Amino acid sequence: MADKKSQILLDPLFNNNPIALQVLGICSALAVTTKLETSVVMCGAVIFVLAGSNFSVSLIRNHIPPSIRIIVQLTIIASLVIVADQFLQAYFYDVSKQLSVFVGLIITNCIVMGRAEAYAMQNNPFTSLLDGVGNALGYSVILLGTAFLRELLGAGKLFGVQVLPLYTDGGWYNPNGLMLLSPGAFFIIGFFIWALRVWKPEQVEEE
Amino acid sequence: MQQHSVKYTLLFSAAVCGVCAVFVSAAAVTLADRQDANEVLEKRRNVLQAAGLVKPGEKLAAAEIETAFESVEAVVIDLETGEELPDVDPTAFDQQKAKKDPAASHAPPENLSRIQRVPDRALVYKVKGDAGGVDMLVLPIEGYGLWGTLYGFLALGADTRTIEGITYYSHKETPGLGGEVDNPSWKALWPGRFAYDDDWQPKVEVVKGRAGKPEEDPYRVDGLSGATITSRGVTNMLRFWLGPQGFGPYLEKFREGQT
Repeated sequence: MADKKSQILLDPLFNNNPIALQVLGICSALAVTTKLETSVVMCGAVIFVLAGSNFSVSLIRNHIPPSIRIIVQLTIIASLVIVADQFLQAYFYDVSKQLSVFVGLIITNCIVMGRAEAYAMQNNPFTSLLDGVGNALGYSVILLGTAFLRELLGAGKLFGVQVLPLYTDGGWYNPNGLMLLSPGAFFIIGFFIWALRVWKPEQVEEE
Repeated sequence: MQQHSVKYTLLFSAAVCGVCAVFVSAAAVTLADRQDANEVLEKRRNVLQAAGLVKPGEKLAAAEIETAFESVEAVVIDLETGEELPDVDPTAFDQQKAKKDPAASHAPPENLSRIQRVPDRALVYKVKGDAGGVDMLVLPIEGYGLWGTLYGFLALGADTRTIEGITYYSHKETPGLGGEVDNPSWKALWPGRFAYDDDWQPKVEVVKGRAGKPEEDPYRVDGLSGATITSRGVTNMLRFWLGPQGFGPYLEKFREGQT
């Protein structure tokens, strides 16, 4: 049983990654990954929302009338997102300004609804909570990896600290502007998916 | 799954809404004060940055901004007449809201900055010197760049001609190109340039290529390479806000009051 629980938590990291295997939640993965700082905060918000929504949906799963279950899930998710957004505006004002609309858009992040509908509706609150945290961590792994490369190659910085001296400031590094634009994230996520499938060939779709 | 009655479904959704509403409003109400404080602080930080009292990128604690802001006085002015309106509370005045209110704004003549509405009243920040006189005036500016409107502040010396600094707090320009309006080394090119010529016509402009030192080439600033349209947008918005539709009348009154 203990094995199974750690599996629920850790499987979404690499074996069943929501971004790399299921290709969900790409929108925000492109939008918030130009800097590590914003990505870390975004990951925190998604972990909170996904864990909270999975837990609450699972808690009332046997009482939700099937005819309105999607809208009930959405109401819960939206409320959690608003709470997260309000919290960020109060305690991480700078970052929340940079994230702007993307915190609110967690509501439409397919991973959140997908887990509520596919997992939390059928499983008990505790394993649903683990599943939520696990999937949010899987999302975070890709997000942080992408943000690391984008900030490093695009601006020569990590967490806003100059790591590679820029050539405009007398250093040697000429930043790659493409990395700061959305296509740069597509390339990086593409490379991640490639690397993951080389490592775990069973993830390759059959032709 | 079992079937539920209509009554149950309605009651259930009402209950879910009720519980969610309690959570959301609790969060909004308990955090509101902190959020408002953050917003005020952010605005103050930008005013101080334009005036050169805070270095770009410098992260000051809330208390330090409060102290630095003690030498700043906000006043609401009438843009058309240039009169100060001491009766209007500057902390309650929101220029962006006024701009959207048809009763508190007007349409300017067609302009290069593509500004559609101008508020009748505007907020000006006076930075006081140690002797008590006004050292600098910080004016809000906005105008179209390439992708959207840039919002910022321009700081002028007490002669209303010398530029003391410029800063943008919100824009959508391309990172690395037009987005370089945020670059501290570009902003450092501004102090010491002249906004107006000898006849008090707005003359400062962002040129293509390089401009000379402020002493030799006082009306021109280096362009942002790869960002011709953003550079032009900056020129246009300065011309607009320094001109008769913008702060021109106020600055004229201000000069008269000083002599």
